Amino acid sequence: MSEHQDPSNVTNPEHSEHHIVTPKVYAIVFVTLLFFTWLTVKAAFVNLGILNPVIALAIASTKAVVVILFFMHVKFQSKLIKMTVGAGFFTFLVLITMTLSDYISRAWGLW
Amino acid sequence: MDNTIVATNPSTTEAAVAEEHAHISLPQHRHHFETEEQQREAGTFGMWLFLLTEIMFFGGMFFAYLLYRNWYYDAFVVGSNQLSIPLGGTNTAVLITSGFFMALAVWAAEVRKRALLMLFLVLTTVFGFVFLGIKYVEYHEKWELHHIPGAHFDVSQFVNPKAYGLKEEPIAPDMAQKVQIYFSLYFAMTGMHALHMIIGVGILFWLMWRAQRGDFTSGYVAPIENFALYWHFVDIVWLFLFPLLYLINRHPM
Amino acid sequence: MSATSSTILNLPDQRTASLPKRSYLNNEDGLMSWLLTGDHKRIAILYLISITLFFFIGGAFAGLIRLELLTPQPDLVASDTYNKLFSMHGIIMVFFFLVPSVPATLGNFLIPIMLGTKDLAFPKVNLLSWYLYWIGGIFTLTALVLGGVDTGWTFTTPLSTHYLNTHVVTAAMGVFIAGFSSIFTGLNFIVTIHRMRAPGMTWFRMPLFVWSHYAASILMVLGTPVLAITLVLVALERTIGIGVFDPTKGGDPLLFQHLFWFYSHPAVYIMILPGMGVISEVVSTFSRKRVFGYTAVAFSSVAIALFGFFVWAHHMFIMGVSNYSALVFSLLTMLVAVPSAIKIFNWSFTLQKGSITFETPMLYAFGFMGLFTIGGMTGVFLGALGMDIHLTETYFIVAHFHFVMVGGMLMAFLSGIHFWWPKMTGRMYPESLSKLAAVTTFIGFNLTFLPQFILGYLGMPRRYHAYPPEFQVLNVLSTAGATVLGVGYMLPLLYLAWSLKYGAIAGNNPWQATGLEWQIQSPPLTENFIEIPIVDYEAYDYEWLAKKMEQEVTTVG
Repeated sequence: MSEHQDPSNVTNPEHSEHHIVTPKVYAIVFVTLLFFTWLTVKAAFVNLGILNPVIALAIASTKAVVVILFFMHVKFQSKLIKMTVGAGFFTFLVLITMTLSDYISRAWGLW
Repeated sequence: MDNTIVATNPSTTEAAVAEEHAHISLPQHRHHFETEEQQREAGTFGMWLFLLTEIMFFGGMFFAYLLYRNWYYDAFVVGSNQLSIPLGGTNTAVLITSGFFMALAVWAAEVRKRALLMLFLVLTTVFGFVFLGIKYVEYHEKWELHHIPGAHFDVSQFVNPKAYGLKEEPIAPDMAQKVQIYFSLYFAMTGMHALHMIIGVGILFWLMWRAQRGDFTSGYVAPIENFALYWHFVDIVWLFLFPLLYLINRHPM
Repeated sequence: MSATSSTILNLPDQRTASLPKRSYLNNEDGLMSWLLTGDHKRIAILYLISITLFFFIGGAFAGLIRLELLTPQPDLVASDTYNKLFSMHGIIMVFFFLVPSVPATLGNFLIPIMLGTKDLAFPKVNLLSWYLYWIGGIFTLTALVLGGVDTGWTFTTPLSTHYLNTHVVTAAMGVFIAGFSSIFTGLNFIVTIHRMRAPGMTWFRMPLFVWSHYAASILMVLGTPVLAITLVLVALERTIGIGVFDPTKGGDPLLFQHLFWFYSHPAVYIMILPGMGVISEVVSTFSRKRVFGYTAVAFSSVAIALFGFFVWAHHMFIMGVSNYSALVFSLLTMLVAVPSAIKIFNWSFTLQKGSITFETPMLYAFGFMGLFTIGGMTGVFLGALGMDIHLTETYFIVAHFHFVMVGGMLMAFLSGIHFWWPKMTGRMYPESLSKLAAVTTFIGFNLTFLPQFILGYLGMPRRYHAYPPEFQVLNVLSTAGATVLGVGYMLPLLYLAWSLKYGAIAGNNPWQATGLEWQIQSPPLTENFIEIPIVDYEAYDYEWLAKKMEQEVTTVG
């Protein structure tokens, strides 16, 4: 079989043993997610001014990262998968920030 | 021979190299893949690429939300306060639980426990239905109150909340009109999300049928694994929708 | 067996040559074996037939447009009808011809073979992609038959959402579905290129054709969904009144344009990158020389893909974006021209001191290099804010994008079709007729579109079917050119079809080219290779090829 002649690391990427995530890890993540949900609701009722949306997004992002790393197994996958996830969020950020650059600077008026 | 490439390193093709992994050839092994791992990793990679398209798909709506929340903050506050935190919060917990069970389903498939796999798939589906049910209740309430964007959108509740017995501050009529944009985005985003859930539930039924036959508990876990990726992604979208739509300025003045 | 100095074409002895007994074409019989195939080569042929059909439909609209523009008066069709003509021309040409042209036909056919593998990663998804193309196509043709859509291919709001009663939703849904066809093709390519290369085929041994498709696939996967959501929002606004782009409800019509062009600018790179991949292969083969600066060309493809995401608002300079934002996007637009220019330089240096011959694919490639350069440079003019204010929405823009898309992409497509025709069909096309077609196309193209640059800077607006009489001469020239161009495009349709039955038998490697696809039979077997190749030589290694052919000759003798 030609898989042993594989200098470009195609057939067995990074020779990763297939890692099985245990129910215990999932349970910890589950509780963490519920906790952060409770936290974000509680934080919404406290007046933190401009920080309210910031904290809400930070909590939501933390939850998302936890889901991605553990429920979606990305922590245990190849670099390619990790880069792919990163590329997706990078492109999303490009869409948001560069479009926003127009709307923010409109208020700055003409030259 | 015209069709063969002369292998310039013939020794390695025939060499007996120690097998570190047992390579059982599953019936689902596709001929164009060399190994099981290659097929599995390709499947996961392909599903992630599809999820990237979903990120960009929802991304457009998230940008619209970002823009209009900034332009019409007061209207967004009023609109957000129309939503029920108990229902939304419960739904968030429901979806997280559903995702938890889906993750356990993947584990059950990997350790080849068919009964557990079935149980977890069923639980995932049940919680999925609960989510959709609560969503329906919320949508129905909006229908009753004439808060669905379009010709019948009614802003009187926002302009004169006292008349409805509400403790809200009234907002100016032109800003009240902008609440329609809030609800446009609310229905577009949660509606698109719900559509993805419905499709997911449909696929779950198919997976349950096949899991029942033992298709996924003899080493071939890719459909369960890759569907789980989709399901978790839909969950993540909701994890962002909940605070952005339900929790705008909930603190007392 | 050595080539004469005027051609490198090396056909087997026609008295004894025959097509291989078994190939992907005769492997299975019957319509269902084609409609339910997983074979990437058969899917490529299905796509080839489909996009050719749509090309001629779009071309018919172009013909009608040019016919109307022969006279300054709006005398051929009503204004609404004229709007429908250019809209349908644009929608069909962009979404149903240019975007799938090289990737779905040549890319599908060649990428697995070039990588040394048996098929793409997901053959069923590949077939699904073709069916989605057709479902989208049927929606679009339905919109056409029901009366057409007149928004322009750009569906700009609020015209598309509020001021038209034509079949916008149907057409938008057609494009939406076709977008998924594109996404699935790109997804397939990315997974295949990352994870299914033959042993020894490292990234930097891949043909540059594959690199271009990799870059284009990234754009397809990341950009197309934004178009999808945009069209969904337009459809929702038209049907149930969601006012995301509606100023009366507080929405911003410009938001539509941001989201639309976020895809549609990368879309132009989706269209051109695969064509550039073709040119790399053709220029190398017909100069008998490896591509100069392989690494630069490979990285420039990826750079085009990356920077392509940062420049979209240059389509919106006069639409109401802030001055500061316009400045940023203008600067970035200058930047994105650089990788494209790098490729032109590299191809030019490939030609230098090469043994150049002028077979048909090379003629198209030369046409590409010249016309794409003009198109690209005019793009840089348009990227400058001051110039764009005067030139935007005029025929200068029309000429610019036709130079890059028709003078560039379509020529690259034809170059590739001619180059790989012997591989796909086992038959050679008639060389003198094809050269005639190439030259006719080049002349017709220049006659059609050079006058449009002049019309543009003289001020003739685009998308108008009436114009001041002083512009008539240039318009007549343009229409005359379009007629010649039409002839130039009809010819390949005829002689390529003819060649299927009467063309010379091509043999494995009529061009004496490098690349794995030329080491297997023509047409290839369904499984491509009898034995998976092991690659230990670089791309475009003509010395390796010469040694191999020498070996073959001596063993037969």
